[in-house]
Amino acid sequence: MLLITCPWCGARDQSEFSYHGEAHIARPERPAQVSDAQWGAYLFMRKNPKGLHRERWVHSHGCRRWFYALRDTRDDRIHATYRPGDPPPDSAADPGAANPGSAT
Amino acid sequence: MSQINRLADGGRLNRAKVIRFWYDDKQYEGHPGDTLASALLANGVHLIGRSFKYHRPRGIFSAGPEEPNALVQLENGPHTEPNRRATEVELYEGLVAQSQNCWPSVGFDLGAVNARLSRLLPAGFYYKTFMWPRALWMGYEKMIRRAAGLGRAPAEPDPDRYDKTHAHCDVLVVGGGPAGLQAACAAGATGARVMLVDERSEFGGSLLDQGPASGRGGWDAAQWLVARLAELRQMKQVTLLPRTTVTGCYDDNFLVANERVTGHLGPTRGDHAPRERLWKIRARRVVLATGSIERPLIFADNDRPGVMLAGAVRAYINRFGVLPGRRIVVLTNNDSAYHTALDAYRAGATVEVVDIRRHPGGQLTDQARALGIAIHPNSAVSAVDTARGKITRVRVMTLSEDGGEVRGAARALGCDVVAVSGGWTPTVHLFSQAKGELAYHHDLHCFVPGKPSAANPLVGAGACCGAYTLAECLAQGRDAGRDAAAAAGFAGCADSPPAAQESEIAEPRDGPVRALWVLPCEHPLGRGPKKHFHDLQNDVTVADIHLAAREGFESVEHLKRYTTTGMGTDQGKTSNLNALAALSEWRGAPIPEIGVTTFRPPYTPLTFGAVAGHERRDLFLQKRTTPMHPWHEQRGAVYEDVGDWKRPLYFPARGEDMAAAVRRECLAARNAVGILDASTLGKIDIVGEHALELLDMVYANAWGGLAVGRCRYGLMLNEHGMVFDDGVTTRLGEHHYHMTTTTGGAARVLNWLEEWLQTEWPGRARVYCTSVTEQWAVASISGPHSRALLAQLCDEPLDGESFPFMSMREFAVAGIPARVFRVSFTGELAFEINVPARFGLALWQKLMAAGEPYGICAYGTEAMHVLRAEKGFIIVGQDTDGTVTPMDLGMDWIVSKNKADFAGKRSFSRADTARTGRKQLVGLLTEDPGFVLPEGAHLVEALGKPPMKMLGHVSSSYLSPNLGRSIALALVEDGLRRKGETLQVALMDGGGHKVTLTDTVFFDPDGGRARG
Ligand SMILES: [Zn+2]
Repeated sequence: MLLITCPWCGARDQSEFSYHGEAHIARPERPAQVSDAQWGAYLFMRKNPKGLHRERWVHSHGCRRWFYALRDTRDDRIHATYRPGDPPPDSAADPGAANPGSAT
Repeated sequence: MSQINRLADGGRLNRAKVIRFWYDDKQYEGHPGDTLASALLANGVHLIGRSFKYHRPRGIFSAGPEEPNALVQLENGPHTEPNRRATEVELYEGLVAQSQNCWPSVGFDLGAVNARLSRLLPAGFYYKTFMWPRALWMGYEKMIRRAAGLGRAPAEPDPDRYDKTHAHCDVLVVGGGPAGLQAACAAGATGARVMLVDERSEFGGSLLDQGPASGRGGWDAAQWLVARLAELRQMKQVTLLPRTTVTGCYDDNFLVANERVTGHLGPTRGDHAPRERLWKIRARRVVLATGSIERPLIFADNDRPGVMLAGAVRAYINRFGVLPGRRIVVLTNNDSAYHTALDAYRAGATVEVVDIRRHPGGQLTDQARALGIAIHPNSAVSAVDTARGKITRVRVMTLSEDGGEVRGAARALGCDVVAVSGGWTPTVHLFSQAKGELAYHHDLHCFVPGKPSAANPLVGAGACCGAYTLAECLAQGRDAGRDAAAAAGFAGCADSPPAAQESEIAEPRDGPVRALWVLPCEHPLGRGPKKHFHDLQNDVTVADIHLAAREGFESVEHLKRYTTTGMGTDQGKTSNLNALAALSEWRGAPIPEIGVTTFRPPYTPLTFGAVAGHERRDLFLQKRTTPMHPWHEQRGAVYEDVGDWKRPLYFPARGEDMAAAVRRECLAARNAVGILDASTLGKIDIVGEHALELLDMVYANAWGGLAVGRCRYGLMLNEHGMVFDDGVTTRLGEHHYHMTTTTGGAARVLNWLEEWLQTEWPGRARVYCTSVTEQWAVASISGPHSRALLAQLCDEPLDGESFPFMSMREFAVAGIPARVFRVSFTGELAFEINVPARFGLALWQKLMAAGEPYGICAYGTEAMHVLRAEKGFIIVGQDTDGTVTPMDLGMDWIVSKNKADFAGKRSFSRADTARTGRKQLVGLLTEDPGFVLPEGAHLVEALGKPPMKMLGHVSSSYLSPNLGRSIALALVEDGLRRKGETLQVALMDGGGHKVTLTDTVFFDPDGGRARG
């Protein structure tokens, strides 16, 4: 059971949160003007990396706020959480980010 | 004579009190402080069950949670519990236990025939012997389960209560032995919140099992223990939890522990306290002081009752005042078993030691020699002789140079107990569960904690780290406790336990260990009558391991599953390392290279009661009820579950079945006035200057131009262009809206709105969305008399001009402030009266009373479904399934042509969304108007031999009382184009029914009734 730090509330139990997939998938500014491939990429294409992953969480049973987390999918360590609109933390500065593709 | 093996004094017992208990229908006596196992041994009962596979007689093997053999069925009736370890069951007055796996009795067991058929039960017997012929497997399986099952599950509901609690602490110390006590004191002294958890009834760990004067110079263990506990009890921020087992360690120092609150007192003696309490603990830091578990040496017929772990024999003598045998042979590869030899000797037993080492030479061996205890060096037990289920003697032979064989003449040593020690295995379960890396200790021949995982920086102290001297345990415990507190933010404190104590302890230094995992006998392994068991509970022998390895199951994970080694309720606590060692020898690879199988929670089995806690029956899932619920109850409503809501499905009158009730309710709602409790509809209050922008983004239709006080139906799509919710939204003010959603979709829709506001427009959308579902109670009145009824209860003009269709007015109804919406889900003239929830029941009662002259009739969700289907109104989630666009529903009219963008719009032009041949919503009329199609039935072109091409499925189907015939809605390939065509609906009986595809609106197609 992870301990997740909500950027508004602080550290809380995983059971208070829900997960909403990869973060920073930009919705095209003018959907009508993008190609099917670009729209398809927005709808369907996700990275699913082995390593550091920026993803969306909601503090559903708390402040109901959305936020982002930088999680290592190899060991579930959450290296940072940050609010929408905040600049994403530099992953290179995080421990464990040196070689995100490698197995442990 | 009772308690023949009870020593005259000693043990942590209350000898003044006698406890009577029953085992296999015989009465025995014991004392408070006994376990069931110690009391049975005191009474000379060794034989306690039959083994799982071969039904060989088995006895008490250990004195703790590692027990593989002594599993009993505890108590009867609803209180019965299978597979309880007798070594952990505390004795109480009137305790009743039965042996397991024995039929007809433990002494005479028909299943023992299996033993003679043992050639048919080799490694992997589950997969081999009984798989052929395939058709008989089911029969074999039943037979195996009857013959080999462990205990019986209770047949009646559990009458006990179980509790759950959450706790947070700075330092959690697991294990209350010397290292754990020292850690808790050191951490507690810093002011940190400390929890000390131990599975036994009293703290002290191994100190309790050791004699009062086990050669430690002037150091007094009992005095030390009392002082430490007194110290801890004085610290207010320290929580002591005895009788509590930490069963699992999960991410971020989240640990689960089960406390036996009153279970140890016996059934129904708990008064009002729970039987068990499950602790969910989040700790800043964790100190593992879980100790170690002795492992046996493996020798020929090492499973005979009377073969016990040496440490257990010592524990029975010192903690329980029981001498398990009069003539004890100690078989060992290390010095620790000499403590047992010495303690047994002092307790009056005749003792001989068989030591597999060539030159046993520690201080303890010298002490034994000085007392005249015979030591047989470089020797092994090669045979165990029994008579009437009891060991009578062992035969001892000399080991060859490499230990691979025995030679020379066998010496017979008469004995009734063999106390065996193959060294100690640190209890690293929690460390490994926490994904810490294990390291192999080459001197001690065991795995110890290595690098902890980042997620759970657990530290170990004491025997669980391979520290086997008391001084080391105390020192490590103190350091670990102090460091853990410091890491949790609590600096050291001057009055932490002084180091001086350790130097007072004079301990004998241990000599080296001889690592010889399997002791030979006269015949090669598996080639003669004798069996070398490593897993006693699952009856797995070393020969099984060799066979599995020969067959290619060389990986430990494969070996485990193929031979079932370590898969019993004991999870191989005494056997896993021996199994690895046997595999390692066979493969000629060192143990660290073989690796270990994964340790998984729970450490010891948990009861279902503890896991369920209070979350059963009504508390299993919270029921949501509306303010009008008491009225529904009184009227005998039949409910359906909609999400967590209890909604009346129909209100049967006396003697009515569902069909009759629904028919009556449907007719009333169209011909007189019907009333529906619509309180469960999702309601969201949306306020803020960008509210309109939000609505325009999440709805497919346009929201500009909606005047204050007017309502509009909206269809909500996801980004794939698929319908995911619908409802009516009303403009309450300049920037203020009231949105309604489907009952089941309320939370989903609110989250969707928030997702837009927070992640797409962070910081720039000034809109606030608030769920008000539970703040408003809603009575929907529908039918030609609804206006007249409402007029009785208010002073507002209700004519079509003053209060037009799709508008909202605020006025008092029956004196209650209300928002009245003129909207209709039935297609009739209808009013949805919203009042603050606390007035809901009063409003309902007023409406029912005032409606009586008009023939008012409460209707449920089934009638609601029929009425809306008559009008062709969809139910999202029933007539749609996440693959349906507005166009598929024939609702092109609702989709805005003018808005540049809204959620899902761009997806309409995706190839798959724009293609022909999509499934589309149509009405169905059956050939036989009385036949109601089953929902979910498939439509096909023509009936033929399966498989047939499926064109779609029936999504809604009812008997319509207002139309006097059946009606249905269906999603059908190219359905809109096919209207007027005839298709077949395939039925479960293989037949079919002819249907005509029609428009979806069956009743009042121009909608005049609702607008009237
Ligand atoms: Zn929060």
